[in-house]
Amino acid sequence: MQLEDRMEESRARPPRGLPQVKPMEAGPPVVSSRPESQVVFDLENVEVFYGTFRAVSRVNMKIFRNEITAFIGPSGCGKTTVLRSFNRMHDVTPGARVAGGLRYRGAEIYGPNVSATEVRRRIGMVFQKPNPFPKSIYDNVAFGPRMSGTNSKADLDVIVEKALRGAALWDEVKDRLKASALGMSGGQQQRLCIARTIAVGPEVVLMDEPCSALDPIATARIEELMRELKSRFTIVIVTHNMQQAARCSDRTAFFTTELDSKSDRRTGTLVEYDVTTKIFSNPGDERTENYITGRFG
Amino acid sequence: MELDLRGSKAYADRAFRWSAAAAAGLVLVVLGLIAITITGRSTPVFRQMGLQFFTTTRWSPADALFGALPFVWGTAFTALIALAIAVPISLGMALFMTQVAPPGIKRPMVYLMDLLAGVPSVVFGLWGVLVLSQLVGLGRSFMTAGIILAVMIIPIITSLSREVIETTPPGDKEGALALGCTRWEMIRAAVIPHSAGGLVGAIMLGLGRAMGETIAAALVIGSALGQITIRPFAPGNSMPAVIANEWGEADALHKSALIALAVTLFIITVVVNLIASTIVQRSMKKAQGL
Amino acid sequence: MQLAQQEQAAAPPDLRAKQSWRSVKSLIMTGLMIASVAAVALPLVAVVSAVLRRGLAVVAHDFPDFFIKEIPNIARRPGGGMGPAILGTLMVTGAATLIAVPLGVLGAVYLHEYGIKNHFSRLVRFMSTVMSGVPSIVMGLFIYIVWTLHFGYSAFGGSLALACLMLPVVIGSTEQMLKLVPHHLREASYALGSSKSRTILTVVLPAALPGIVSGSLLAVARAAGETAPLLFAVGAANEYNPHLFEEANTALSVQIFGNATSSFVAAQDRAWGAALTLVLVTFLVTLAARVFTARIARKR
Repeated sequence: MQLEDRMEESRARPPRGLPQVKPMEAGPPVVSSRPESQVVFDLENVEVFYGTFRAVSRVNMKIFRNEITAFIGPSGCGKTTVLRSFNRMHDVTPGARVAGGLRYRGAEIYGPNVSATEVRRRIGMVFQKPNPFPKSIYDNVAFGPRMSGTNSKADLDVIVEKALRGAALWDEVKDRLKASALGMSGGQQQRLCIARTIAVGPEVVLMDEPCSALDPIATARIEELMRELKSRFTIVIVTHNMQQAARCSDRTAFFTTELDSKSDRRTGTLVEYDVTTKIFSNPGDERTENYITGRFG
Repeated sequence: MELDLRGSKAYADRAFRWSAAAAAGLVLVVLGLIAITITGRSTPVFRQMGLQFFTTTRWSPADALFGALPFVWGTAFTALIALAIAVPISLGMALFMTQVAPPGIKRPMVYLMDLLAGVPSVVFGLWGVLVLSQLVGLGRSFMTAGIILAVMIIPIITSLSREVIETTPPGDKEGALALGCTRWEMIRAAVIPHSAGGLVGAIMLGLGRAMGETIAAALVIGSALGQITIRPFAPGNSMPAVIANEWGEADALHKSALIALAVTLFIITVVVNLIASTIVQRSMKKAQGL
Repeated sequence: MQLAQQEQAAAPPDLRAKQSWRSVKSLIMTGLMIASVAAVALPLVAVVSAVLRRGLAVVAHDFPDFFIKEIPNIARRPGGGMGPAILGTLMVTGAATLIAVPLGVLGAVYLHEYGIKNHFSRLVRFMSTVMSGVPSIVMGLFIYIVWTLHFGYSAFGGSLALACLMLPVVIGSTEQMLKLVPHHLREASYALGSSKSRTILTVVLPAALPGIVSGSLLAVARAAGETAPLLFAVGAANEYNPHLFEEANTALSVQIFGNATSSFVAAQDRAWGAALTLVLVTFLVTLAARVFTARIARKR
């Protein structure tokens, strides 16, 4: 009897070993669901195929405006695959196909006649390895606006400064805007890539493990930057560092792999998606709990 | 008794090593011999003409007057025409194969290029003189020679350009696409800046090949003498062509003049090829070291 | 450019392609790229079809005697064949291969197995690149000076010239193949007590063999089509001459060159027939090289 009582007790208590979650410092309280007008991405049974192989199965979720949403999970679970489907990056992979309904503020991203270029103007992306162009800092940031037709130096100056300030890089580079971007440190390059992305004027910034190539100090600066950017953009970030997700995000989606009974290979699947504090303190699914407490992954 | 670990095979082993080294050294020997012998045999004409050999424009074996300038010009002019035609086509082809073509189309393209590269130059020359030059307006001229040479150097420029372009880091291309670039804008922003150096090298290698190509040029260039003209449809001449065409009936002095032309051609093509391979190698190394 | 943010409260965004100069420009550029593919295909098709059409007309008319008959000494005379030239090409190229391939393979063995980083090797590699850029006519003149002047015209002189052209190619491609042989094969052989030379002969070369054969075959295909060196070394005989070292000889490439400029249709016809033969020979050799390359791929 005593043993069973103790087991009852431990099940009621939150499992040990969960990372401490600091409450969000700013912004409105995050509720479980928000009105339709605040939905930025609406995924309905989204699946991603590489040829006949189903890499990601049946994702259903809504991503909300001006929040930071984190995708976490073990490697190969499809979190990056889902992220890249938001801005149609799979178009460049031969044989890749996205099925299901993926709507950006009501418009089907994979609808007929949709132009990937138009999608990407509204949904930007920052990559794992910083990839500035071999041009000057100024030209990197001005690249997007120039492409859209802004050519007057006065206009470009304003846009470049605003973007660099937004990326918390202005003070460091304002005296050497003409210097080559490749001469900067990794953390600076990544912030430059962020500046370059926001200079285009998107609504969403996708981030694919933006800090994994950076040292802890640079990482902390980027995380701080993310919190500032939240007020102007919607941010979706893939991270293999769940403490980062716990620190920075409003909502977290946990993905994992499942054995696909048909193909005998592992398919990525969305396990749980909820407000971050809930995921990390009282996850609903056992798999989430196992990942978070480090029992696997 | 001391333990002798040398073994009886030591001699055979060393002999093998030395013969291998000798085989490798043959390259140096042959190259050196080439340089020495052709320079040596060309001295008679330099004794006759001095350095004016390079500046005189008249070439008249009957008068023992030999001016190399028209042929040097002809070689350069034909090569320029060939490049003007071949470079845009080769670059377009290379970009198509690397950036546009779906995988199923790429392989037949590679075979296409290999096929083109495999046709012997004399067959191109035959086609040039019996088919191409019969076409309206062409005849045997700089232009016809330029076209044939262009066709012959396209495979080499394309395949080298492809190699260079394929070293573009995919992260750079993705970054450009993610900013909303069209395909061409992405190529301009990520592929070309990265490949520019290597592409120059590839083009120069094509140039070297065009200048040295003998037989096709000899058949279609027209074997005109003397004038330095910029009219592309005029019949012309080039160093390799005149050597091939006039050798049969040349006397000793004439022969030495032709050999002197060969020396000039040798030096020019070697220099161009060297610069070109250095550029290409350095660009490939840079791409891998990054 | 706060486009997206302006759209925020509005209806679903219009994601269709906008009519803009940018997308048109990209389309034009893609069109140009496709045009360049056509520009490459066009002359290839033109040349191959001309050779096939005109060559077949001549060869099929007299099949298979075309490959056996003598070359008429009087250019005007129709008929005849390219027998001597075929024999000549086979002899000259065959002898050149026998010279260039063993020497080239041996040289590459030194470069990769013995002296991979030393100054001598670097010099040889550098000079090999230089040598591969030597125009074939210069090579022909070289052989004229060192061989023909002393020994007269012969098929062997031509072989020497072709061997010089083939050598850098064989060295280069063999070295590539040797690089691909995994090092642990060599180590296993050394560990069993085998000497370096023995390891090379019994382990490394057999492992690299398909690639070496393939590379050499490609060099052979190129050499078979060379004309300029042969003009200075082999002469332009028309009779059968099965002797490698004596007397002038001929080859398909030389015949094509000579007959191309003839004003007699009969001679031109023979040139087309010879061209077809040469292209077929080159094609078969290249095909054989591909077979060996495929063998390597299959072994992986």
